[in-house]
Amino acid sequence: MSTEGKGHDFVEFLGAKLLGGFVYAGGMALLLGAAINEVFRGLFSPKVRLSGRAMADQMVRVGVRSVGIVVLVQLFIGVILALQIAPPLSTFKQEAMIANIIGIAGFRMLGPIITAVVLSGFAGASIAAELGTMVVAEEIEALEATALSPVRFLVVPRVVATFLMMILLAIIADWMIAVGGYITSRVVLGPGVYEGYFERMRDQLRYRDFITGLVQAGVFGILISLIACYEGLKVKGGAEGVGRATTMTVVYSIVAIISAACVFTVVFYVFDW
Amino acid sequence: MSELPDNLPRGDDAVIRVVDLVKRYDGRAVLDGVNLEVRRGETLVIMGGSGCGKSTLLRHMIGSIWPDEGRVELFGQDLGALDQEGLDGIRKRFGILFQSGALFNSMTVGENVALPLKEHTDLDDDTIQIMVTIKLELVGLRQAADRMPSEISGGMKKRAGLARAIALDPEILFYDEPSAGLDPVTSAEIDQLIIDLSRKLGVTSVVVTHEMDSAFSIADRMAMLDKGRMLKIAPRSEFEQIRDGEPTGDEMGDLIRQFLRGDSHGPITRRRLSTGYEEDILEAAGGR
Repeated sequence: MSTEGKGHDFVEFLGAKLLGGFVYAGGMALLLGAAINEVFRGLFSPKVRLSGRAMADQMVRVGVRSVGIVVLVQLFIGVILALQIAPPLSTFKQEAMIANIIGIAGFRMLGPIITAVVLSGFAGASIAAELGTMVVAEEIEALEATALSPVRFLVVPRVVATFLMMILLAIIADWMIAVGGYITSRVVLGPGVYEGYFERMRDQLRYRDFITGLVQAGVFGILISLIACYEGLKVKGGAEGVGRATTMTVVYSIVAIISAACVFTVVFYVFDW
Repeated sequence: MSELPDNLPRGDDAVIRVVDLVKRYDGRAVLDGVNLEVRRGETLVIMGGSGCGKSTLLRHMIGSIWPDEGRVELFGQDLGALDQEGLDGIRKRFGILFQSGALFNSMTVGENVALPLKEHTDLDDDTIQIMVTIKLELVGLRQAADRMPSEISGGMKKRAGLARAIALDPEILFYDEPSAGLDPVTSAEIDQLIIDLSRKLGVTSVVVTHEMDSAFSIADRMAMLDKGRMLKIAPRSEFEQIRDGEPTGDEMGDLIRQFLRGDSHGPITRRRLSTGYEEDILEAAGGR
């Protein structure tokens, strides 16, 4: 009898979680729809103004301030990759291929994905905390009561800025991984690896690899900023709620980024892109 | 608007009408069939203890939350029946001062006041600047225009919030606990501002508060909420009579009197104490 009860509880728990997931995804989709709607209204209706200044502020905050940390982290990723790949390749006397592998791994996936993870902690958490604090301070209600849409005013600049800056940061990230690998070759691995390193990378890479990475970077940027805005705007219950929102933003962002990356990889693999 | 006579009620036309409003949270009715009318030009104070539903009522009136039953009308229009555009049109006709002031922290005081003007009017920047200066002067904050919200005191934040609320020359002003958390002098200043705005601009005011001194100094009419129900709506003088009278044994009158006087003994306290304390103790003991 008791085990049956527990089984029932488990199904209930699973159902609740699943339902919660659908509600969350639905909420995010609605927010994205509202944001896209506001962007189009801003572009085509003279009555609706999108603030360029707000957008620029967010780009500085999300992108420019993250450049240093992205450079540092991606250089290390390059170093790690080079040193991890070198021993197995050396058994086949193929160390020179390090450049090719780092090029593909970095440009197609690691550049965008590691940058996205860094950004979810750096920008996502701060967006969630900022919007959450605004909810607690009644600022969102004040916006609405002034007939100003929080989506147009707060969500659109953040999503657009994160989308654009994520793409730009991914370009920097790609190159930093390559440079990290090169420095490692130069310092540790020897001339067989570093001579002609960038030429081999260039020969290996097609434009398609580069674009693939940037498309993913853009999607990651939208995911991070949407989750951050959604978590921030639905804060309830003061400082505790803000703390929870920032934590959940980072957790959900990372899950979303990696899930999306997995889907992308499968799709690209199947279609041989 | 400015030609209103001093004797009250000033007008019979209701600008706000709350009809059979019911709001439930988790099955518990926070507002339980509230009816209310606010007439043009008057100052109505809504009073009640913590958790009585007065803030919830205010949030219904500004279209921030929606009723489960009943309706809220502003300027004769049912808020629930309006689309976003219609709702925004109504929102431009009222202003609200939030409890914390709710200034946008990323903007200076002046920019806060300028925001509604920039977004909702076609005025050029110079004109907006003049309007901002006028509004800030009205609340005595002209010198603080370039300061950030984090750099000014709680009382100044409220005054700045008020300047923003009146930026678009609203017909109705809502105040959520305007004197909460302020020292007596600042609180009296805010009260005076509310009275001035009502008299000088002919604004209809709805004030939610539990500060009785403030309530009696600004109200034309008063409304007492208790446990989500409207106990009494009457001119201030009637509430003054209740406050100054002796207990009559009439439960409602005594309850209102206790609240108005802030007594520690009376129906409100009795109600709080008679909630099955003995049963709880026995149950707890029996549960061992």
